Amino acid sequence: MQCGTCTGSCGSAARMEHTPRQLWRMVQAGMKDEIFKSRTFWLCSSCYYCTLRCPRGLPLTDTMAALKRVAVAEGYTTDRKSAPFYKAFLDSVRKYGRVRESEMMARYFLAVKNPAVPLSFVPLGMKLMARGKMDLHMPGFGGRGKLDRLYRKVMELEAAK
Amino acid sequence: MRYFYYPGCSLQHSAKEYDISTRALMRLLGHELMEVDDWTCCGASAADTSSRLLSIALPARNLALAQKSGVSADILVPCSSCYLNLRRAEDAMSRESGTADLVNRALSEESLSYSGGARVRHLLDVLANDMGAGPIAAGLRHSLSGLSVVPYYGCQALRPFADFDDPERPRSMDALIAATGASVFDWNMGAKCCGAGLMTTKKELCLDLVADILDDAKGADCIATVCPMCQMNLETSQKRISKMRGRPLEISIVYLPQLLGFSLGLPEAGLRLGLNLALTRSFTGRLAAMSKQIAAPGR
Repeated sequence: MQCGTCTGSCGSAARMEHTPRQLWRMVQAGMKDEIFKSRTFWLCSSCYYCTLRCPRGLPLTDTMAALKRVAVAEGYTTDRKSAPFYKAFLDSVRKYGRVRESEMMARYFLAVKNPAVPLSFVPLGMKLMARGKMDLHMPGFGGRGKLDRLYRKVMELEAAK
Repeated sequence: MRYFYYPGCSLQHSAKEYDISTRALMRLLGHELMEVDDWTCCGASAADTSSRLLSIALPARNLALAQKSGVSADILVPCSSCYLNLRRAEDAMSRESGTADLVNRALSEESLSYSGGARVRHLLDVLANDMGAGPIAAGLRHSLSGLSVVPYYGCQALRPFADFDDPERPRSMDALIAATGASVFDWNMGAKCCGAGLMTTKKELCLDLVADILDDAKGADCIATVCPMCQMNLETSQKRISKMRGRPLEISIVYLPQLLGFSLGLPEAGLRLGLNLALTRSFTGRLAAMSKQIAAPGR
Protein backbone atom coordinates (compact mmCIF):
# COMPACT_ATOMS: atom_id res chain seq x y z
CA MET A 1 0.00 0.00 0.00
CA GLN A 2 1.46 3.35 -1.03
CA CYS A 3 -1.30 5.83 -0.19
CA GLY A 4 1.15 8.51 0.98
CA THR A 5 -0.89 9.59 4.02
CA CYS A 6 2.35 9.46 6.02
CA THR A 7 4.10 11.85 3.66
CA GLY A 8 1.13 14.19 3.51
CA SER A 9 1.00 14.31 7.31
CA CYS A 10 4.72 14.81 7.89
CA GLY A 11 5.98 18.27 8.81
CA SER A 12 9.54 17.23 7.96
CA ALA A 13 8.83 15.57 4.59
CA ALA A 14 9.74 18.65 2.55
CA ARG A 15 13.29 18.53 3.91
CA MET A 16 13.79 14.77 3.67
CA GLU A 17 15.83 13.24 0.83
CA HIS A 18 13.19 10.53 0.57
CA THR A 19 9.62 11.14 1.68
CA PRO A 20 8.25 8.73 4.31
CA ARG A 21 6.21 6.93 1.64
CA GLN A 22 9.35 6.38 -0.44
CA LEU A 23 11.32 5.39 2.63
CA TRP A 24 8.88 2.61 3.59
CA ARG A 25 9.05 1.24 0.04
CA MET A 26 12.85 1.33 0.23
CA VAL A 27 12.68 -0.63 3.49
CA GLN A 28 10.48 -3.24 1.81
CA ALA A 29 12.89 -3.41 -1.10
CA GLY A 30 15.83 -3.88 1.28
CA MET A 31 17.70 -0.83 0.00
CA LYS A 32 19.78 -0.65 3.15
CA ASP A 33 22.66 1.39 1.83
CA GLU A 34 20.49 4.09 0.27
CA ILE A 35 18.41 4.36 3.42
CA PHE A 36 21.32 4.71 5.82
CA LYS A 37 23.28 7.02 3.61
CA SER A 38 20.34 9.41 3.83
CA ARG A 39 19.36 11.51 6.84
CA THR A 40 15.65 11.03 6.23
CA PHE A 41 14.78 9.11 9.40
CA TRP A 42 16.77 11.52 11.60
CA LEU A 43 14.36 14.26 10.53
CA CYS A 44 11.44 12.52 12.24
CA SER A 45 10.38 14.68 15.20
CA SER A 46 8.09 11.97 16.65
CA CYS A 47 4.92 14.03 16.17
CA TYR A 48 2.97 10.80 15.56
CA TYR A 49 0.72 12.27 12.86
CA CYS A 50 1.62 9.43 10.46
CA THR A 51 0.98 6.81 13.14
CA LEU A 52 -2.36 8.40 13.99
CA ARG A 53 -3.51 8.59 10.38
CA CYS A 54 -2.06 5.47 8.77
CA PRO A 55 -5.05 3.61 7.30
CA ARG A 56 -3.17 0.35 7.85
CA GLY A 57 -2.52 1.20 11.49
CA LEU A 58 1.22 0.78 11.07
CA PRO A 59 3.50 1.97 13.90
CA LEU A 60 5.42 4.31 11.58
CA THR A 61 6.91 6.62 14.20
CA ASP A 62 8.25 3.63 16.13
CA THR A 63 9.69 2.30 12.89
CA MET A 64 11.51 5.60 12.31
CA ALA A 65 13.03 5.08 15.77
CA ALA A 66 14.03 1.56 14.77
CA LEU A 67 15.91 2.97 11.78
CA LYS A 68 17.68 5.43 14.09
CA ARG A 69 18.74 2.50 16.28
CA VAL A 70 20.16 0.58 13.32
CA ALA A 71 22.07 3.68 12.16
CA VAL A 72 23.58 4.11 15.65
CA ALA A 73 24.35 0.41 16.11
CA GLU A 74 25.99 0.04 12.72
CA GLY A 75 27.88 3.29 12.90
CA TYR A 76 26.41 5.17 9.94
CA THR A 77 27.66 8.74 10.18
CA THR A 78 25.90 10.49 7.28
CA ASP A 79 24.24 12.64 9.92
CA ARG A 80 27.04 13.97 12.04
CA LYS A 81 24.94 15.60 14.76
CA SER A 82 22.04 13.32 15.66
CA ALA A 83 23.73 10.22 17.03
CA PRO A 84 26.28 12.22 19.13
CA PHE A 85 23.46 14.37 20.54
CA TYR A 86 21.30 11.46 21.66
CA LYS A 87 24.36 9.68 23.02
CA ALA A 88 25.34 12.77 25.03
CA PHE A 89 21.80 12.88 26.39
CA LEU A 90 21.78 9.23 27.42
CA ASP A 91 25.26 9.42 28.93
CA SER A 92 24.18 12.37 31.07
CA VAL A 93 21.13 10.42 32.25
CA ARG A 94 23.22 7.35 32.99
CA LYS A 95 25.59 9.42 35.08
CA TYR A 96 23.16 11.60 37.04
CA GLY A 97 19.76 9.99 36.62
CA ARG A 98 18.39 13.28 35.35
CA VAL A 99 19.54 15.30 32.38
CA ARG A 100 21.72 18.21 33.29
CA GLU A 101 21.10 20.35 30.25
CA SER A 102 24.39 22.29 30.21
CA GLU A 103 26.43 19.18 31.01
CA MET A 104 24.65 17.25 28.27
CA MET A 105 25.29 20.02 25.75
CA ALA A 106 28.99 20.14 26.75
CA ARG A 107 29.21 16.40 26.06
CA TYR A 108 27.54 16.96 22.71
CA PHE A 109 29.88 19.81 21.77
CA LEU A 110 32.92 17.70 22.61
CA ALA A 111 31.55 14.85 20.49
CA VAL A 112 30.72 16.82 17.33
CA LYS A 113 34.17 18.47 17.28
CA ASN A 114 32.93 21.46 15.31
CA PRO A 115 33.39 24.85 16.99
CA ALA A 116 30.51 26.35 14.99
CA VAL A 117 28.05 24.11 16.85
CA PRO A 118 28.69 25.43 20.39
CA LEU A 119 28.91 28.98 19.07
CA SER A 120 25.43 28.72 17.61
CA PHE A 121 24.07 28.03 21.10
CA VAL A 122 25.70 31.02 22.79
CA PRO A 123 22.71 33.41 22.46
CA LEU A 124 20.30 30.88 24.00
CA GLY A 125 22.82 30.03 26.72
CA MET A 126 23.15 33.70 27.61
CA LYS A 127 19.38 34.16 27.84
CA LEU A 128 18.99 31.11 30.06
CA MET A 129 21.91 32.08 32.25
CA ALA A 130 20.63 35.63 32.70
CA ARG A 131 17.43 34.14 34.15
CA GLY A 132 19.17 31.53 36.28
CA LYS A 133 17.65 28.77 34.17
CA MET A 134 20.88 26.97 33.45
CA ASP A 135 22.66 24.63 35.77
CA LEU A 136 26.37 24.97 35.20
CA HIS A 137 28.06 21.60 35.28
CA MET A 138 31.02 20.36 33.33
CA PRO A 139 30.80 16.76 32.18
CA GLY A 140 32.02 14.32 34.77
CA PHE A 141 33.63 11.47 32.91
CA GLY A 142 34.53 8.27 34.73
CA GLY A 143 33.28 7.40 38.17
CA ARG A 144 30.06 5.57 38.92
CA GLY A 145 26.79 6.59 37.38
CA LYS A 146 23.41 6.71 39.07
CA LEU A 147 21.85 4.41 36.46
CA ASP A 148 24.89 2.26 35.57
CA ARG A 149 23.33 -0.96 36.82
CA LEU A 150 20.02 -0.41 35.00
CA TYR A 151 21.77 0.48 31.73
CA ARG A 152 24.12 -2.50 32.00
CA LYS A 153 21.27 -4.92 32.65
CA VAL A 154 19.22 -3.51 29.76
CA MET A 155 22.14 -3.95 27.36
CA GLU A 156 22.69 -7.49 28.64
CA LEU A 157 19.01 -8.36 28.12
CA GLU A 158 18.97 -6.75 24.66
CA ALA A 159 22.05 -8.73 23.65
CA ALA A 160 20.49 -12.00 24.83
CA LYS A 161 17.29 -11.53 22.82
CA MET B 1 -7.42 15.38 44.91
CA ARG B 2 -3.99 13.89 45.41
CA TYR B 3 -1.65 13.22 42.53
CA PHE B 4 1.81 11.85 42.14
CA TYR B 5 3.91 14.52 40.48
CA TYR B 6 6.57 13.73 37.92
CA PRO B 7 8.20 17.05 36.93
CA GLY B 8 10.85 15.70 34.55
CA CYS B 9 14.27 17.13 33.81
CA SER B 10 13.35 20.28 31.86
CA LEU B 11 11.21 21.55 34.71
CA GLN B 12 14.26 21.56 36.98
CA HIS B 13 16.13 24.16 34.95
CA SER B 14 15.11 25.62 31.59
CA ALA B 15 11.39 25.30 32.34
CA LYS B 16 11.44 26.24 36.04
CA GLU B 17 8.51 28.59 35.62
CA TYR B 18 6.37 25.70 34.35
CA ASP B 19 7.18 23.70 37.49
CA ILE B 20 6.64 26.63 39.83
CA SER B 21 3.35 27.74 38.23
CA THR B 22 2.02 24.17 38.04
CA ARG B 23 2.70 23.57 41.72
CA ALA B 24 1.26 26.96 42.73
CA LEU B 25 -1.88 26.55 40.63
CA MET B 26 -2.57 23.05 41.89
CA ARG B 27 -2.08 24.16 45.49
CA LEU B 28 -4.39 27.13 44.97
CA LEU B 29 -7.06 24.82 43.57
CA GLY B 30 -6.77 22.57 46.60
CA HIS B 31 -4.94 19.63 45.06
CA GLU B 32 -1.98 17.87 46.62
CA LEU B 33 1.09 16.92 44.60
CA MET B 34 3.39 14.17 45.86
CA GLU B 35 6.64 14.31 43.93
CA VAL B 36 7.76 10.82 42.92
CA ASP B 37 10.66 10.12 45.23
CA ASP B 38 14.04 9.66 43.50
CA TRP B 39 12.51 10.03 40.01
CA THR B 40 14.85 9.84 37.03
CA CYS B 41 14.72 10.86 33.37
CA CYS B 42 12.01 9.37 31.11
CA GLY B 43 14.50 8.93 28.27
CA ALA B 44 12.86 11.64 26.15
CA SER B 45 13.36 11.02 22.44
CA ALA B 46 16.94 9.84 23.05
CA ALA B 47 16.51 6.40 24.64
CA ASP B 48 14.63 5.01 21.66
CA THR B 49 17.62 5.75 19.39
CA SER B 50 19.73 3.41 21.49
CA SER B 51 17.54 0.62 22.78
CA ARG B 52 13.80 0.04 22.76
CA LEU B 53 14.04 -1.78 26.08
CA LEU B 54 15.85 1.20 27.62
CA SER B 55 13.13 3.51 26.25
CA ILE B 56 10.60 1.54 28.31
CA ALA B 57 12.76 0.71 31.33
CA LEU B 58 13.68 4.36 32.01
CA PRO B 59 10.10 5.61 32.35
CA ALA B 60 9.01 2.32 33.98
CA ARG B 61 11.50 2.95 36.78
CA ASN B 62 9.37 5.96 37.74
CA LEU B 63 6.11 4.02 37.54
CA ALA B 64 7.72 1.44 39.82
CA LEU B 65 8.78 4.13 42.30
CA ALA B 66 5.25 5.51 42.46
CA GLN B 67 3.88 2.01 42.96
CA LYS B 68 6.44 1.23 45.65
CA SER B 69 5.20 4.12 47.76
CA GLY B 70 1.97 2.18 48.31
CA VAL B 71 -0.22 5.19 47.55
CA SER B 72 -2.84 4.90 44.84
CA ALA B 73 -3.05 8.10 42.83
CA ASP B 74 -2.86 9.29 39.23
CA ILE B 75 0.57 10.43 38.05
CA LEU B 76 0.45 14.04 36.92
CA VAL B 77 2.98 14.96 34.24
CA PRO B 78 3.32 18.51 32.86
CA CYS B 79 5.88 17.74 30.12
CA SER B 80 4.37 16.20 26.99
CA SER B 81 7.45 14.14 26.19
CA CYS B 82 7.62 12.71 29.74
CA TYR B 83 3.88 12.09 29.61
CA LEU B 84 4.20 10.15 26.37
CA ASN B 85 7.11 8.06 27.65
CA LEU B 86 5.51 7.16 30.96
CA ARG B 87 2.20 6.45 29.25
CA ARG B 88 3.94 4.38 26.57
CA ALA B 89 5.81 2.32 29.16
CA GLU B 90 2.55 1.48 30.90
CA ASP B 91 0.96 0.63 27.55
CA ALA B 92 3.84 -1.55 26.33
CA MET B 93 4.14 -3.43 29.62
CA SER B 94 0.44 -4.16 29.85
CA ARG B 95 -0.12 -5.10 26.19
CA GLU B 96 3.00 -6.71 24.75
CA SER B 97 3.78 -10.22 25.78
CA GLY B 98 7.20 -10.53 27.34
CA THR B 99 7.91 -6.80 27.69
CA ALA B 100 6.83 -6.50 31.33
CA ASP B 101 9.00 -9.48 32.23
CA LEU B 102 12.07 -8.06 30.48
CA VAL B 103 11.61 -4.59 31.96
CA ASN B 104 11.13 -6.02 35.44
CA ARG B 105 14.30 -8.04 35.10
CA ALA B 106 16.12 -4.80 34.34
CA LEU B 107 14.38 -2.96 37.19
CA SER B 108 15.31 -5.72 39.62
CA GLU B 109 18.86 -4.31 39.47
CA GLU B 110 17.42 -1.37 41.37
CA SER B 111 15.28 -3.60 43.59
CA LEU B 112 12.21 -2.27 41.84
CA SER B 113 9.33 -3.85 39.98
CA TYR B 114 6.20 -2.61 38.30
CA SER B 115 3.04 -4.70 38.10
CA GLY B 116 0.90 -2.37 35.98
CA GLY B 117 -2.12 -0.21 36.59
CA ALA B 118 -0.53 3.26 36.72
CA ARG B 119 -2.74 6.07 35.50
CA VAL B 120 -0.47 8.54 33.74
CA ARG B 121 -2.16 11.91 33.18
CA HIS B 122 -1.02 15.00 31.34
CA LEU B 123 -1.40 18.24 33.27
CA LEU B 124 -3.81 19.54 30.61
CA ASP B 125 -6.01 16.45 31.04
CA VAL B 126 -6.16 17.03 34.80
CA LEU B 127 -6.88 20.75 34.43
CA ALA B 128 -9.52 20.27 31.74
CA ASN B 129 -11.24 17.16 33.05
CA ASP B 130 -10.68 16.75 36.80
CA MET B 131 -10.97 20.44 37.52
CA GLY B 132 -12.65 22.07 34.52
CA ALA B 133 -13.44 25.71 33.95
CA GLY B 134 -15.69 26.02 37.00
CA PRO B 135 -13.02 26.79 39.62
CA ILE B 136 -11.36 29.32 37.29
CA ALA B 137 -14.57 31.24 36.72
CA ALA B 138 -15.44 31.02 40.43
CA GLY B 139 -12.03 32.16 41.63
CA LEU B 140 -11.33 34.80 38.99
CA ARG B 141 -9.33 37.72 40.41
CA HIS B 142 -8.05 39.43 37.28
CA SER B 143 -10.17 39.10 34.18
CA LEU B 144 -8.17 38.67 31.00
CA SER B 145 -11.01 40.24 29.04
CA GLY B 146 -9.69 41.79 25.84
CA LEU B 147 -6.79 39.35 25.50
CA SER B 148 -6.75 36.96 22.60
CA VAL B 149 -5.07 33.69 23.62
CA VAL B 150 -3.87 31.01 21.20
CA PRO B 151 -4.20 27.45 22.50
CA TYR B 152 -1.17 25.46 21.38
CA TYR B 153 -1.11 21.76 22.24
CA GLY B 154 1.81 20.40 20.25
CA CYS B 155 2.07 16.70 19.54
CA GLN B 156 2.89 14.36 22.31
CA ALA B 157 0.12 15.34 24.72
CA LEU B 158 -2.30 14.30 21.96
CA ARG B 159 -0.60 11.57 19.94
CA PRO B 160 -0.31 8.64 19.76
CA PHE B 161 -2.40 8.33 22.96
CA ALA B 162 -5.54 10.35 22.39
CA ASP B 163 -6.49 9.99 26.05
CA PHE B 164 -8.34 13.20 26.62
CA ASP B 165 -8.74 15.23 23.46
CA ASP B 166 -9.18 15.06 19.71
CA PRO B 167 -5.66 14.47 18.37
CA GLU B 168 -6.39 16.43 15.18
CA ARG B 169 -8.65 19.22 16.46
CA PRO B 170 -7.95 19.58 20.18
CA ARG B 171 -10.31 21.73 22.23
CA SER B 172 -9.54 20.98 25.87
CA MET B 173 -7.90 24.37 26.52
CA ASP B 174 -10.81 26.37 25.13
CA ALA B 175 -13.08 26.34 28.17
CA LEU B 176 -10.17 26.99 30.56
CA ILE B 177 -9.00 30.02 28.58
CA ALA B 178 -12.55 31.31 28.13
CA ALA B 179 -13.10 31.09 31.91
CA THR B 180 -10.34 33.68 32.43
CA GLY B 181 -12.33 36.18 30.38
CA ALA B 182 -9.88 36.00 27.46
CA SER B 183 -11.02 35.10 23.99
CA VAL B 184 -9.81 31.86 22.40
CA PHE B 185 -7.97 32.53 19.13
CA ASP B 186 -9.45 30.43 16.35
CA TRP B 187 -6.77 28.67 14.29
CA ASN B 188 -5.80 25.34 12.81
CA MET B 189 -2.23 24.93 14.08
CA GLY B 190 -2.92 23.83 17.66
CA ALA B 191 -1.85 20.23 17.11
CA LYS B 192 1.01 20.89 14.68
CA CYS B 193 4.61 20.07 15.52
CA CYS B 194 7.21 22.62 16.69
CA GLY B 195 10.06 20.22 15.86
CA ALA B 196 10.61 19.31 19.52
CA GLY B 197 14.14 18.07 20.24
CA LEU B 198 15.18 18.52 16.62
CA MET B 199 15.81 22.19 17.43
CA THR B 200 19.26 21.10 18.61
CA THR B 201 20.31 19.04 15.60
CA LYS B 202 17.98 20.16 12.76
CA LYS B 203 17.54 23.85 13.46
CA GLU B 204 16.62 25.00 9.92
CA LEU B 205 13.79 22.49 9.78
CA CYS B 206 12.49 23.53 13.20
CA LEU B 207 12.63 27.22 12.38
CA ASP B 208 10.34 26.54 9.40
CA LEU B 209 7.88 24.63 11.57
CA VAL B 210 7.87 27.31 14.27
CA ALA B 211 7.58 30.08 11.66
CA ASP B 212 4.37 28.50 10.31
CA ILE B 213 2.96 28.40 13.83
CA LEU B 214 3.90 32.00 14.69
CA ASP B 215 2.60 33.17 11.31
CA ASP B 216 -0.80 31.64 11.96
CA ALA B 217 -0.95 33.07 15.47
CA LYS B 218 -0.43 36.59 14.16
CA GLY B 219 -2.97 39.00 15.54
CA ALA B 220 -3.31 37.25 18.90
CA ASP B 221 -1.79 38.51 22.16
CA CYS B 222 -0.13 35.35 23.42
CA ILE B 223 0.25 31.64 22.85
CA ALA B 224 -0.45 29.27 25.74
CA THR B 225 1.60 26.07 25.85
CA VAL B 226 1.58 22.84 27.87
CA CYS B 227 5.08 21.51 27.13
CA PRO B 228 8.58 22.79 27.92
CA MET B 229 9.89 21.94 24.46
CA CYS B 230 7.04 23.65 22.65
CA GLN B 231 7.48 26.66 24.92
CA MET B 232 11.20 26.98 24.29
CA ASN B 233 10.98 26.39 20.56
CA LEU B 234 8.30 29.06 20.19
CA GLU B 235 10.20 31.47 22.43
CA THR B 236 13.77 31.41 21.33
CA SER B 237 14.05 32.34 17.67
CA GLN B 238 11.33 34.92 17.12
CA LYS B 239 13.65 37.65 15.89
CA ARG B 240 15.35 35.38 13.42
CA ILE B 241 12.03 33.99 12.21
CA SER B 242 10.61 37.50 11.75
CA LYS B 243 13.62 38.33 9.60
CA MET B 244 13.25 35.04 7.71
CA ARG B 245 9.61 35.69 6.90
CA GLY B 246 10.00 39.42 6.38
CA ARG B 247 7.29 40.40 8.88
CA PRO B 248 7.17 40.92 12.62
CA LEU B 249 6.15 37.65 14.29
CA GLU B 250 7.06 38.45 17.88
CA ILE B 251 4.39 37.21 20.27
CA SER B 252 4.29 36.43 23.98
CA ILE B 253 4.52 32.75 24.93
CA VAL B 254 3.24 31.61 28.32
CA TYR B 255 2.62 28.30 30.00
CA LEU B 256 -1.08 27.57 30.52
CA PRO B 257 -0.77 27.35 34.34
CA GLN B 258 0.93 30.78 34.34
CA LEU B 259 -2.03 32.25 32.48
CA LEU B 260 -4.63 30.52 34.66
CA GLY B 261 -2.66 31.30 37.81
CA PHE B 262 -2.44 34.97 36.92
CA SER B 263 -6.20 35.18 36.37
CA LEU B 264 -6.73 33.55 39.77
CA GLY B 265 -4.53 36.14 41.45
CA LEU B 266 -1.36 34.12 42.06
CA PRO B 267 1.54 36.46 42.85
CA GLU B 268 4.67 36.58 40.66
CA ALA B 269 6.39 34.15 43.05
CA GLY B 270 3.92 31.50 41.91
CA LEU B 271 4.01 32.47 38.23
CA ARG B 272 7.59 33.52 37.51
CA LEU B 273 6.66 35.29 34.29
CA GLY B 274 10.00 37.01 34.74
CA LEU B 275 11.67 33.80 33.59
CA ASN B 276 9.86 33.60 30.25
CA LEU B 277 12.02 34.33 27.22
CA ALA B 278 9.37 35.88 25.00
CA LEU B 279 6.97 38.38 26.52
CA THR B 280 6.30 41.54 24.52
CA ARG B 281 6.34 44.87 26.29
CA SER B 282 2.72 45.55 25.36
CA PHE B 283 1.67 42.17 26.79
CA THR B 284 3.41 42.67 30.14
CA GLY B 285 1.97 46.20 30.22
CA ARG B 286 -1.54 44.88 29.79
CA LEU B 287 -1.04 42.22 32.46
CA ALA B 288 0.23 44.90 34.84
CA ALA B 289 -2.89 46.99 34.18
CA MET B 290 -5.14 43.93 34.63
CA SER B 291 -3.48 43.00 37.90
CA LYS B 292 -4.67 46.31 39.35
CA GLN B 293 -8.28 45.52 38.52
CA ILE B 294 -9.97 42.98 40.72
CA ALA B 295 -12.76 40.99 39.09
CA ALA B 296 -16.00 40.45 40.93
CA PRO B 297 -15.78 36.89 42.29
CA GLY B 298 -18.10 34.17 41.03
CA ARG B 299 -18.43 35.83 37.64
